[in-house]
Amino acid sequence: MLRTLKYQREADPEWARQVSERPGCEGLFSCLQCGACSGSCPLSIYMDLTPRRVIALVREGFRRDALSSMTIWLCASCYSCAANCPRQIHVTDLMYSLKREAIRSRLYPPRLPAPILAQEFYAMVRKHGRNSEFWLVLRMALRSNPLLLLTMLRNGWDLVRTGRLSLRRERIHGTSELVALSGAGPRPGRAEA
Amino acid sequence: MKPYGYFPGCSLRGTGAGYEYSLLALFRVLDLPVEEIQDWNCCGATSYMSIDEESAFVLSARNLALAQKAGCKDLLAPCSACYLVLRKTQDYVARYPKIGSHVQESLRAAGLPPLNGVRVRHPLEVLYSDVGLERIRSRVVRPWRGGRVACYYGCQLVRPYDEVDRAHNPTRMDELLAAIGAPTVDYPLKTLCCGGALTGTMHPIGVRMNYILLKEAVRKGAQAVVTVCPLCQYNLDAHQAEIRRKTGTTIDMPVFFFTQLLGWALGADPESLGLKRAISGRKSIAQWFAKESAEADAYV
Amino acid sequence: MSERDGLRIGVYVCHCGTNIAGTVDVRAVAESAAALPGVAVSRDYKYMCSDPGQDLIRQDIQKFGLNRIVVAACSPHLHEHTFRTATRTGGLNEFYFQMVNIREQDSWVHEHKGAATRKAIDLVRAAARRVARHRALEKSRTPIHPAVLVVGGGIAGIHAALTLANAGKHVYLVEREPSIGGHMAKFDKTFPTLDCAACILTPKMSAVKNHPNITLWTYSEVTAVEGYIGNYKATIARRPRYIDEDLCAGCLECIDACVFRQAKVPDEFNEDLSRRKPIYVPFPQAVPLVPVIDPEACIEFHSHKCKKTCVTACGERHAVNLRAEEKLERIDIGSIVLATGFRAYDARRSANYGYGVYPNVYTALEVERLINASGPTAGEVVLRDGRTPQTVGIVHCVGSRDENTNRWCSRVCCMYSLKLAHLVKERTGAEVFNFYIDMRTPGKGFEEFYQKLLSERVHFVRGRVAEVTDWALDSSEEGRLVIRVEDTLAGLFRRIPVDMVILSTGLEPQPDAGDVRRLFNISSSPEGFFLERHPKLAPVNTFTEGVLLAGCCQGPKDIPDTVAQAGAAAAEALALIDAGSVETDPNTAYVMEEACSGCKTCVPLCPYHAISFAQAARKAEINQALCKGCGTCVAACPSSSIGQNLFEDDEIFEESEGLLAYA
Repeated sequence: MLRTLKYQREADPEWARQVSERPGCEGLFSCLQCGACSGSCPLSIYMDLTPRRVIALVREGFRRDALSSMTIWLCASCYSCAANCPRQIHVTDLMYSLKREAIRSRLYPPRLPAPILAQEFYAMVRKHGRNSEFWLVLRMALRSNPLLLLTMLRNGWDLVRTGRLSLRRERIHGTSELVALSGAGPRPGRAEA
Repeated sequence: MKPYGYFPGCSLRGTGAGYEYSLLALFRVLDLPVEEIQDWNCCGATSYMSIDEESAFVLSARNLALAQKAGCKDLLAPCSACYLVLRKTQDYVARYPKIGSHVQESLRAAGLPPLNGVRVRHPLEVLYSDVGLERIRSRVVRPWRGGRVACYYGCQLVRPYDEVDRAHNPTRMDELLAAIGAPTVDYPLKTLCCGGALTGTMHPIGVRMNYILLKEAVRKGAQAVVTVCPLCQYNLDAHQAEIRRKTGTTIDMPVFFFTQLLGWALGADPESLGLKRAISGRKSIAQWFAKESAEADAYV
Repeated sequence: MSERDGLRIGVYVCHCGTNIAGTVDVRAVAESAAALPGVAVSRDYKYMCSDPGQDLIRQDIQKFGLNRIVVAACSPHLHEHTFRTATRTGGLNEFYFQMVNIREQDSWVHEHKGAATRKAIDLVRAAARRVARHRALEKSRTPIHPAVLVVGGGIAGIHAALTLANAGKHVYLVEREPSIGGHMAKFDKTFPTLDCAACILTPKMSAVKNHPNITLWTYSEVTAVEGYIGNYKATIARRPRYIDEDLCAGCLECIDACVFRQAKVPDEFNEDLSRRKPIYVPFPQAVPLVPVIDPEACIEFHSHKCKKTCVTACGERHAVNLRAEEKLERIDIGSIVLATGFRAYDARRSANYGYGVYPNVYTALEVERLINASGPTAGEVVLRDGRTPQTVGIVHCVGSRDENTNRWCSRVCCMYSLKLAHLVKERTGAEVFNFYIDMRTPGKGFEEFYQKLLSERVHFVRGRVAEVTDWALDSSEEGRLVIRVEDTLAGLFRRIPVDMVILSTGLEPQPDAGDVRRLFNISSSPEGFFLERHPKLAPVNTFTEGVLLAGCCQGPKDIPDTVAQAGAAAAEALALIDAGSVETDPNTAYVMEEACSGCKTCVPLCPYHAISFAQAARKAEINQALCKGCGTCVAACPSSSIGQNLFEDDEIFEESEGLLAYA
């Protein structure tokens, strides 16, 4: 729960400025707080902070509150907010940016499946070049909450029954190319960490 | 005619297999050559973006570069998430010099050509623009006799890039299906998010979103939902039993890929449409497709 | 003139408080100028435009025998006139003066004090070199034709025309539609006083009709304008309305007699909410009250087989003339008031609000007509299916404050939304919700009106509506429109089912504003509204002398502001007329006859048709009254035999050399 008293010393305006320089976040300071993002967001009803409030916190520099909000993990990247924003703020890009920073700073509840899924996905694709759905879900469940697997039994059986579950580990031939690709050049976005 | 480069994406090799079968069958019937990009990799979608944006763009760019290397002008990306990431990569490479130089340098380090203008296309838009309603209509051999359908476009296909169709109230799938005689319902949630990966990460919320979509389709009189994205199809198709259990409703409706209905109408071999892979609404499927084909039961 | 010939320049560097002195070392600029050849005195002073500043110039002319003046200060747009006058009253020809802009073009746009100072020194040196070459010139006077053309017959045009006509000047009022009245004629009530729009507008409309000093041409458009301040010539195309205005008595029997028993054509005046006949008057109080035939809809114009009952009904008057043709009127005027108004934003462009998809989504203008007693429902607020709405949602800022459509605030929407909320609640007893981003009520009596609405228990939800949809979650929403919005003040996500949605659409430039701008040779701001000469100090003038602005063609505004601006435009025109003539700068080109070869290259190039060819002398001739000093002919002349006052070759060369002669 967001504390309702805020001392100005808790704010980090420099961080807000940095966020506003990330790709897609340029419009941060032009936000009208009109709520078109939250209103059109199909998930805002489940969020602890609506996307509009996350923007308000970010631009005032309340980093920890913004990054530890559940909102960013509920964002399904459907781009409704971006399409409806009268200031053309790419709210979805902002959410991505906050997710990345929250993962790097470990500011998410332990065993929360969404960031674990992201990390497993990243590791798998980085190594093999492709994602194997079955193995991905398995690894996510094992790392977050193995009981999840029980709830997935029915679904899994449906998929097996209809030939939609592949146990194959997908990988590309050019994995050496992947290494070359990831090794090159400076990494501009590192400032986020 | 130059073949369309084809980027299946991970889902079409697993949960979305029916999409791949029907898409290829439909393009065969329409004599549109398709050539899969050799050794394509993950598009760098949502989850990857959540860890490392720059390398997501590089990863995605490798596919674009491979398509260019193969001499493709158009790259088909049937999955909405793949479509968006590939398209966004092109856009951000052009718009942000920092991302652009990082991506181009990385490609060079891997011995790949620098990005230039391969067009990322979604099959919906290809069928609408390159083939056209007229030609589809004239090629119909099995006019649709099944139920009323709700056309569901999902999110990432029309947002933030509105090149496949309009962001608000898109209609191209409705028009294509009307061309094969399918009655479509007025579906106000056609671009509301299906929940995406939330059915995995926050299961109850994800399934709740699936339920909202299906409930409204039923309210509007639809007997099936038609999708353009493997994740939408999976979410809406796979969770109906759970929804019935949790809400006490009786929803059991087929969730098609639009390529399955079009392929059927244009005379593709029913075996090749992946209809067997449906989880929900199998009775309706058996009934609708049996009207034209006695062996329908065999493949449902 | 050179130092040897007795050149004595006075240089004055202005501090402009800290505007210039904050960035430019004015003392250093003055000291550097003092060392220039021919400079007799060089000073810096806090405010050169003040009386003591001007006196300094006058006194120095006497004391030091100055014969050239350079002032380095702000833009010549602001104070060139001031310093020329000081030069003249000091006893010199006012064109022995040169102004240097070290504020807008130096101190305001640079941060580095050293570099800004060096730039100022260079600019002053260039001006000192230039001014030595200046010649004595005389201003000329142009007479002002006392008639005025007012374009647009909305409340702005009406008010400007009446003000001018009441002052005894002749006015040509040109309106494109069949009647004057504009948007205001469509409203029922006006905010915040809720007085009846027709009651206050129609007396002014009839006054226009009956005024001996006003020539009213409706259904007409200006097609050509030429000339210059005081002496414009305009061509007006009068479209045929097929009813002779002079013969028609306004009995309207022709309309009753029309073979179309049922009205079938969408009625533009009622925002297409009702139908009219092919022969119609737009509304009962139309001025002139003369019907018009719509040739698109009238069968006579398609088949030539109509029984022409309208002609029969008119009988002996013979006012109906189906063979009428477009007529061109050519008029001389001295000044022009543009009052061409606005267009309402097309709500279809905001697809998430469902206009054109859901029948119960209305635009504000449509609801204005529904509320209006002479509207399609005689003032009853009912839905298209005849039901009275129980709940109404008013969505603010549709096509305003939005990067995807129009960036600007349309200024009137908050207030007219409040007005509609009040009227709808009064007429229907409905529960009314306003959805706003910011409530803007800064006019006289506006905040009080907002308070009144709050106490009437109209709901105010702060949040930009995300979507209007027919998606229903339960029976309370079934069959209704649902407004999805974040209530940003309560911190809630809300779904509010309503029966009627009113979209408060913003104001846009007219679709043909670009053509009008070119026709009258004026400028527009980026969004397409006509550009005033100065946003604060010349709000009704344009950069074209003698062309004035009134009303929403210059930017969104409400009726009080529109009327005030129309009055101001009329006053500007009157000031011109009463002065009788205007002084014009001698900034014109002239032919050096001895050098002219008579090649005629210049003649077709002149955009103002100021150059003619004198057959007898076989030389080009430039009409000084028509020449605007654009310099096209000067540059084009192959024998360099055209010169231009104030921009002589040697002046420009000296200035360039001075600029480039780094000390």
